[in-house]
Amino acid sequence: MNQAYAEAFERFTKNGGGAGPAELLGLRREAFEHFARTGFPTTKDEEWRFTPVAPITGREWRLSAEAKTSLVTPADIAPFRFGPPAWCTLVFVDGRFEAGLSHQPKLPRGLSVEPLSQALEADPALLSKVTGTSFSALNAAFVKEGVSIRVSAGVELADPIHILSVASKAADGASLNTRIVLHVERGARAQLVESYAGLFAAASFTNAVTQVTVEAGAWVEHSRIQRESESAYHIGLTQVDQARDSHYRSFTLAMGGAIARHDLRARLGDENVETLLYGLYLGRREQLIDNHTAIFHDHPNCRSWEVYKGILDDASHAVFNGKVFVTPEAQKTDAKQTNRNLLLSDRAKVDTKPQLEIFADDVKCTHGATVGRLDEIAHFYLQSRGVPREAAQQLLTYAFAAEVMAEVTSAPVRERLDGLVRERLGVSS
Amino acid sequence: MLDIKGLRASAGEKDILKGIDLTVKAGEVHAIMGPNGSGKSTLAQVLAGHPAYKVTGGTVTFDGADLLDMEPEERAQAGLFLAFQYPVEIAGVTNAYFLRAAYNAIRKARGEEELDPMDFLDILEEKLKLVEWGPEIMQRAVNSGFSGGEKKRNEILQMAVLEPKLAILDETDSGLDIDALRIVAEGVNKLRRPDRATIVVTHYQRLLDHIVPDYVHVLFDGQIVKSGGKELAHELEAKGYEWLTGVPEAVSA
Repeated sequence: MNQAYAEAFERFTKNGGGAGPAELLGLRREAFEHFARTGFPTTKDEEWRFTPVAPITGREWRLSAEAKTSLVTPADIAPFRFGPPAWCTLVFVDGRFEAGLSHQPKLPRGLSVEPLSQALEADPALLSKVTGTSFSALNAAFVKEGVSIRVSAGVELADPIHILSVASKAADGASLNTRIVLHVERGARAQLVESYAGLFAAASFTNAVTQVTVEAGAWVEHSRIQRESESAYHIGLTQVDQARDSHYRSFTLAMGGAIARHDLRARLGDENVETLLYGLYLGRREQLIDNHTAIFHDHPNCRSWEVYKGILDDASHAVFNGKVFVTPEAQKTDAKQTNRNLLLSDRAKVDTKPQLEIFADDVKCTHGATVGRLDEIAHFYLQSRGVPREAAQQLLTYAFAAEVMAEVTSAPVRERLDGLVRERLGVSS
Repeated sequence: MLDIKGLRASAGEKDILKGIDLTVKAGEVHAIMGPNGSGKSTLAQVLAGHPAYKVTGGTVTFDGADLLDMEPEERAQAGLFLAFQYPVEIAGVTNAYFLRAAYNAIRKARGEEELDPMDFLDILEEKLKLVEWGPEIMQRAVNSGFSGGEKKRNEILQMAVLEPKLAILDETDSGLDIDALRIVAEGVNKLRRPDRATIVVTHYQRLLDHIVPDYVHVLFDGQIVKSGGKELAHELEAKGYEWLTGVPEAVSA
């Protein structure tokens, strides 16, 4: 299989992939060599123990750049928009930016949004800022499209920016490598909505990387919604680097994909950093949804707070792994991690593993993981108020999810997420 | 309205109700008193269909229908309401949504049209006054982080919205301060009507100063050992339960 990727990489570099400064091509080659050396993970790798990716790695994918295009209209995109129409919405179809489907209002002062290719030409080193898996190395080798967002110091953006990636019918059999770069300078405030959706039941392979830099005193809310088709494969990596006094909060909703994995890594790079990670995953049929998070406490007086919740129906399978590393320097660390799972079926399965590695002595670190069913007494309480058993189950299931959604601060984003989850769980508004 | 004959129930291996006979007519208020462990809360929960209890004998007829044959939601739809001793917290669902879901479920079961949020709000405003609450409470998650008093008030609010024919209050007075007790009792009193009945389950006579019963029954070891008028409650207050049960209060409490 590596041979096929090697050939694809050579083709890619010849067909415009090598555009830009020589340094960029060098970095792509480095990334590809890294991939070629390490190869794809298997379930023998501890990090992928419960997540067999053979359906992805055992298959030859067309590069999106080599794929046919299919006509996608604004009406096709409409159901996947977020928030009011005035929001800046950048739409990618099968990994390619579509200006005609995007909405690019006059940007406020201090906000710059440019194509990834342009950003990479200006600063090739951007490509190597993410150190991750062999998947992210593959992304670095092949990624052409994406977006780079920069918010200037002190600027407070009123509205979120939405980056929407959709897979069309033509994406069947194609790998879609995209990358989002968000850089929020000192004291600025920004909200990013990153979403992945499928227009058809296409077996596409999204390999997405997002890199977020939060400078000193900056504030970022990042919502990531993965609602691709249940035939699709999705591998995502988000890397967050935070400076002193900064605040980063994320909410990830994972409900699509046949196999979907998201790695979220946050480096708390200085003192007094706050990192809040919230997540919700909804599995059904035979979906496999994997969330890996890693929080690196390298400095004193930082706080990280993490709550991931899962609802698993049918024969779905969820994996949660939450690492928290606290170095000896990171005194007064306050870290709390919670993973709660609700099983709606006897065949559903969860592998959850909190992993705290603490080398400082004056810290407050806790973790807890639960896997369970709905509370019988709560069921009875609702029934005693006239709500039929099945509706009571749906309502309690929704309640389980709603509790974590409430942590999203942007009301339009929260309401949209709420609608998505209600729709999925069959609960009216 | 309610006719209980020889009702027996158990939890696991343990027999709790050992033959209860009780008739409640429309317009009446019955108080069920008794020491802790006598089975009075079990009686309330069995009538509502609590899954932890198994009925092992007897019959219960509610408005002519076999109550024991109904699912808990069917009992509620037929007009039975249990105010829980320990109301359940449901984080993630607002009080407003929960109340409307219950209200509409009951309307739907009766073949009536369901109300949208705006129309329901009109009904709610009036009911909130009954428990002396502002609208803020409706946006809080159901009982989540509520004080003991707030939870009990919320039960009465639900009762006011659902307008049951038969309301069963299970130790609604426990954990209430004087103010909350007054609000809860007044709420119950305002809902009294000739076509409705109330069963008040309580350990103490205190609540019965506010909700005056027509009949008082003393439950002990799963059976009604004495019935009388409201004066029986005062007698119990003065003498304790020992003269009826033969068991010192300190042991049974």
